[in-house]
Amino acid sequence: MKLIAKPSKENIKTYVPIGLSLVFLSFFDVFTNAFFNYNLMAFLPSQLSYFLPLLLGFFGFYLIRIEFSGVRSLDLLNKNINSNNFNAFLTLLTVFIIIKSIPPLLNWFIFEANFVGDSKDDCTGNGACWVFIKVWFNRFMYGLYPDAEQWRINTAFLILFAVVGISFFVKEKLKKYFILFLIFVYPFLGIELISGGNFGLKYVETAAWGGLSLTFIISAFAILFCFPIGVFLALGRRSSLPAIRYISIGFIELWRGVPLITVLFMSAVMFPMFLPDGTFIDKLIRVLIAITLFEAAYMAEVVRGGLQALPKGQYEAARSLGMGYWKMNLLIILPQALKLVIPGIANTLLALVKDTPLIFVVGLMELAGMIGLAKTNPKWLGMAMEGYVFAGLVFWIICYAMSRYSQNLEKKLSTER
Amino acid sequence: MGKIIELKKVNKWFDKFQVLKDIDLDVAPQEKIVICGPSGSGKSTLIRCINRLEEHQEGNIVVDGTELSESTKNIEKIRAEVGMVFQQFNLFPHLSILDNCTLAPIWVKKLPKKDAEEIAMKNLTRVQIDDQALKFPGQLSGGQQQRAAIARALCMEPKIMLFDEPTSALDPEMIKEVLDVMVDLAKGGMTMIVVTHEMGFAKEVADYMIFMDEGKIVERAKTKDFFESPKNERTKLFLSQIL
Repeated sequence: MKLIAKPSKENIKTYVPIGLSLVFLSFFDVFTNAFFNYNLMAFLPSQLSYFLPLLLGFFGFYLIRIEFSGVRSLDLLNKNINSNNFNAFLTLLTVFIIIKSIPPLLNWFIFEANFVGDSKDDCTGNGACWVFIKVWFNRFMYGLYPDAEQWRINTAFLILFAVVGISFFVKEKLKKYFILFLIFVYPFLGIELISGGNFGLKYVETAAWGGLSLTFIISAFAILFCFPIGVFLALGRRSSLPAIRYISIGFIELWRGVPLITVLFMSAVMFPMFLPDGTFIDKLIRVLIAITLFEAAYMAEVVRGGLQALPKGQYEAARSLGMGYWKMNLLIILPQALKLVIPGIANTLLALVKDTPLIFVVGLMELAGMIGLAKTNPKWLGMAMEGYVFAGLVFWIICYAMSRYSQNLEKKLSTER
Repeated sequence: MGKIIELKKVNKWFDKFQVLKDIDLDVAPQEKIVICGPSGSGKSTLIRCINRLEEHQEGNIVVDGTELSESTKNIEKIRAEVGMVFQQFNLFPHLSILDNCTLAPIWVKKLPKKDAEEIAMKNLTRVQIDDQALKFPGQLSGGQQQRAAIARALCMEPKIMLFDEPTSALDPEMIKEVLDVMVDLAKGGMTMIVVTHEMGFAKEVADYMIFMDEGKIVERAKTKDFFESPKNERTKLFLSQIL
């Protein structure tokens, strides 16, 4: 005689309520434990009470595992998270871990964190000391850029956002002028504004630039220049002219084979030694060139992947219509190849943005660098956690936005059925 | 009558394998020539040599008075005069059908956009897909795509049209619509060289038939003679298998 009949359609009315309440009880116990520090089953021996939720939930899941019950939600539940004992166990474990980890995180981020005050002494709670971020916020955004001149950075970025924003609403015909402005005029305008030295603006040396604005400046310039260079290298590597092909291969393999940190270091330390006496190239420009060429090599390989994915027929059709090399590539091949490799391009550009903190090796400090500097300030020791969580969050927002944009672009450019 | 295409003793190798052997071929303006033969016999390679998608190693190819060779400067100009239709259509998938048709006239022949669109619509109407002009190639059936490809080639207003097995990649029920367009084109006086296995089409439009095997032209004859009294044993065998 079986003590417990196997769960089936006949006893569904008894077993499902029992099973569901057992599962609920197990979750509830973990929940009260985690959020209110109250153990419902404290009357039991400690080890048993610790594992009881797991046992209860496991048994509950067993009772509700009825195949083809006819109840839609129950079938879905069983199919997705309760198909066998092992999966039920994994489900329980995952839910428990999530429930258990929420309160400490919430506590650290919000409930026990300090928001008001202006020095480390105001941070009395156990949680994060967001006062640190608040006090240093200006530095994290602008680096060592003089306070009185920061409106120039703001203006530069405001112009950028305004132009980009307006370009979304203007007619298709005018759009290309906006794009041309953004590529060929704006970079020089922005740099002029931020660097100063002309038109009565005070000169601010690049060593003072820093923080998030420097992250943006470096990323934007590197992206702007590495893209066309990468495309040319990719075409060069597939060229039928041996000289161009071998130069491209040599360039790509050389830059891909060296770590970025080495490249940056050489650009700052060794490169000036090769320059004739008296010539001086700004450190930031040297770093920009280094990052651009480094990423261009990666970009070239991504683009080459797209070029190789195109059927030979596309080249032949273009040639049979009388197009020469450049017309064929610009009108037929590249539009398709680049569309194919949007995910790869996004990958490379995201990596580029996240590589910018490496410029600390040459003494330039963008967001993460400024945080590294601030946390070593004697008055603010021990703030590494807050700082790097903040940096991580900011980088994540930037990268996620880029990722979403690339996905939208993919959808928009898709001409498939 | 002058010749618009002349091939003399053309030889071509892929590495060590000889694909074309001593090909001699003359085509007069407005002539229609159908090339047939077993697969691997060099038919496609032969017509691809005529617009230099493939390079020949020996012999002379003269197209519309210009010899094709390494040193031909204006190969693009020759290609613009020789339209080509491929087995796999090879439409540009990122452009609408209309843009497919206007791209080369605008960028290669430097036509104003308006004129190019006019020509494109005229040709799309001719192949009866003017109502699909704004769709993308991926939204069209195979037969429609091939007709669009023919229209695209016609938009360059070529003197010669080459067809490389234009119906081989199509479903049987779509073959007719493409062949109808080609027949219409032939009756309009276009110089055509067609590689195909559609013998019905060949009988209807071809002035000459060419049978190729193993890189050689085995038999060249007037269409009627070719089908009724083939001289070569190999041709007889081939015809008995496909007719």
